[in-house]
Amino acid sequence: MNTVTEIVESTAVDPNFIASVLREMGTESAALIPILQAIQERYRYLPEEALVEISRALGLSMATVYGVATFYAQFSLEPKGKYVIKVCDGTACHVRGSLPVYDAIRRKVNLVDGRSTTEDKLYTVETVSCLGACGLAPVVTINDKVYGQMTAEAIRLIIDTLEQEGITDD
Amino acid sequence: MIRNSDQIQAIEKSYNHALQRGKAQILVCAGTGCMASGSPAVYDGLMAELKKRDLHTTIDCLLEDEHADSGVTVVNSGCHGFCEKGPLVRIEPEGILYTKVQVEDVVEIVDAVVAETVVERLLYHDPRTNEAFAKEHDIPFYKYQTRVALCNCGEIDPEDIRAYMAHDQGYQGIANALAMSPEQVNEQILSANLRGRGGGGFPAGRKWSIAAAQKADQKYIICNGDEGDPGAFMDRSIMEGDPHSVLEGMMIAGYAIGASKGYIYVRAEYPLAVQRLKNAISQAQAAGLLGDNILGSGFSFQIQVKEGAGAFVCGEESALIASIEGQRGMPRPKPPFPAVAGLWGKPTIINNVETLANVSRIMTKGVDWFTSIGTPSSPGTKTFALTGEVENTGLIEVPMGRTIEEVVFKIGGGIRGGRKFKAVQIGGPSGGCLTEDQLDITLDFDSLQQVGAMIGSGGLVVMDENTCVVEVARFFMNFIQNESCGKCTFCREGTLQMLNILQRIVDGKGTLEDLDLLVEVGEMVQIGSLCGLGKTAPNPVLSTLENFRDEYVAHIKDKRCPAGVCEALKRFVIVADKCKGCSRCAKTCPVGAISGEVRSPYVIDVEKCIKCGACVEVCKFMAIEEVS
Repeated sequence: MNTVTEIVESTAVDPNFIASVLREMGTESAALIPILQAIQERYRYLPEEALVEISRALGLSMATVYGVATFYAQFSLEPKGKYVIKVCDGTACHVRGSLPVYDAIRRKVNLVDGRSTTEDKLYTVETVSCLGACGLAPVVTINDKVYGQMTAEAIRLIIDTLEQEGITDD
Repeated sequence: MIRNSDQIQAIEKSYNHALQRGKAQILVCAGTGCMASGSPAVYDGLMAELKKRDLHTTIDCLLEDEHADSGVTVVNSGCHGFCEKGPLVRIEPEGILYTKVQVEDVVEIVDAVVAETVVERLLYHDPRTNEAFAKEHDIPFYKYQTRVALCNCGEIDPEDIRAYMAHDQGYQGIANALAMSPEQVNEQILSANLRGRGGGGFPAGRKWSIAAAQKADQKYIICNGDEGDPGAFMDRSIMEGDPHSVLEGMMIAGYAIGASKGYIYVRAEYPLAVQRLKNAISQAQAAGLLGDNILGSGFSFQIQVKEGAGAFVCGEESALIASIEGQRGMPRPKPPFPAVAGLWGKPTIINNVETLANVSRIMTKGVDWFTSIGTPSSPGTKTFALTGEVENTGLIEVPMGRTIEEVVFKIGGGIRGGRKFKAVQIGGPSGGCLTEDQLDITLDFDSLQQVGAMIGSGGLVVMDENTCVVEVARFFMNFIQNESCGKCTFCREGTLQMLNILQRIVDGKGTLEDLDLLVEVGEMVQIGSLCGLGKTAPNPVLSTLENFRDEYVAHIKDKRCPAGVCEALKRFVIVADKCKGCSRCAKTCPVGAISGEVRSPYVIDVEKCIKCGACVEVCKFMAIEEVS
């Protein structure tokens, strides 16, 4: 990550938002996960300064907050792309060929090495253990919209359409 | 506000009466699967078409106006289980099922509803005989099922509490329970011998008795909706399609053990289930069925939804509790069991979604009814997510004690494309692979345990001759390795070593000693891990090693993947009879692995070949084949 984006992203955290989340969820230690979920949802990752503020407000050590933030798959310490593409790699999807679909997406959006987010922060491509839509295997979701019975060809077309029209963020 | 069971029955009566006065009800499946296939557009299309023809009505209109005796209602239903054929549309009262419905079909459907006929082309057709089935319950996929936990899924609008009360006496179970003492309720669940549907099969009543015996100012009920087993989605379907049955089961459990607070822990990957459960909770609160002094009994109960954050290990009881408390979801040693000291140190009962749905049915229909289904040691039914290479995939429910053969061939319709059955993987990453010789094993807790498999949450993944069991074993080990919380050395390091060995084997670099090492490490992981995740992690490997040892050996000795799946073991060969010696392939090969004389067959040097497949694409004579 270069320093310029780092500064832009760190100044982007809105203290009022953090305060309102804390007001809504409370400052009991049991509220930690719901608070992190709200922040992840808003920023698509957990900015460091938000974690610092939470640790202070909840009276938890930074190590505890960091421990929880890195334990669960839902949380990310790096910004995710605008489009989060999740390829289900549950058993049913796996035996019906989810990995060729995953590879096709990575090639399509030019993801190389071990990276999961594109340089332009447009796409994050990851696998997910099971989305529970096994009847439609293999399944891919793009920002919570579910696409069933995917093939390498079909997902390339979907990404093409996405690039032309864009899809809603929610 | 509902204050007694008579009022529940009154709602049941008036709702059903209103439904009967309408001409028809169209149920559009709004489960995750059908929504992905386009059911929301079908729903909108049907609405618009009915409104255009002035045929549309709603349950509320029919309830308000007692003289109204026409009109068609359209509602979203929960999952029917036959997701692959979705979007599914069902016409009541006839029970006609339309499959793969698209928005273009709505005019024809409405025509048929008006004329009381069926749209033949949208019916389910048997893939072998092409026979069409008009009614859902005649389709082989449904015909051999017995739906208890899923009895409302696909039948009712999951967002209407009245529909739950009207169908199969919803909320009568809690009313019946509150008319008894907590001890009597416990006694009922004990004598029903309801065993936990989440995996282990521990009797729910025994667990409840332990918690009931504890003296504490606060006790908790937790519904475990952290369905993490890849290839299982029954809990998702129940939470989405019949959320009230989960709430009712929790209330009954709460009354039996003396708890006043409940949590539903739902996986992060199930947003629709969260939404439906929250909606159900607020409806139940508004109706007075949740909150203080329920049905005038003095019993109070509150339920809150907790969303998981993506960790498979949180399906384990003590890890789930840690997660609700806001910590890393890591298991702790037992005892003390959660029933003694659980959430915030208080007695806590954790039951799985399907178990709780069954609790509601038992308290509604009685113990004798429940024990008349299934086997003596495993009464009732079990839901299974039937997936993989069968003709009919989907969510099914059968009485305990059915054979695997019945499920795979009668309900599942056999293997796709007439290929050969190879194995069925049962119980997800904790379970094992069963072979053709084991097809007559019955599906119940004890029979499966005897052969080293387990029901687990009920994933049944059918594999055919094109599935590589070694690769599947590697897949499960990779999953477990990722999900190991890291607390126990044997689970953390042992699964990594097992994964490395399996990776070597599928890459064609394994040795025969590796197989002994897999068993040795596997047994250590079983012994040295604290929780079920680690204890059962080696099962997929150990069971495939036992049943399919020759496939492992083929990967190691012959450098061959019998199913033709493992990339590293694929080879490209030029079929001499087909090769015209045009040299196109040799010119295309980026590593110079192909050589020969023009106009005579070329050959590929397997040592140099990088398996890019470029030669296959350029060959005009289809002379290059991939073999394994």
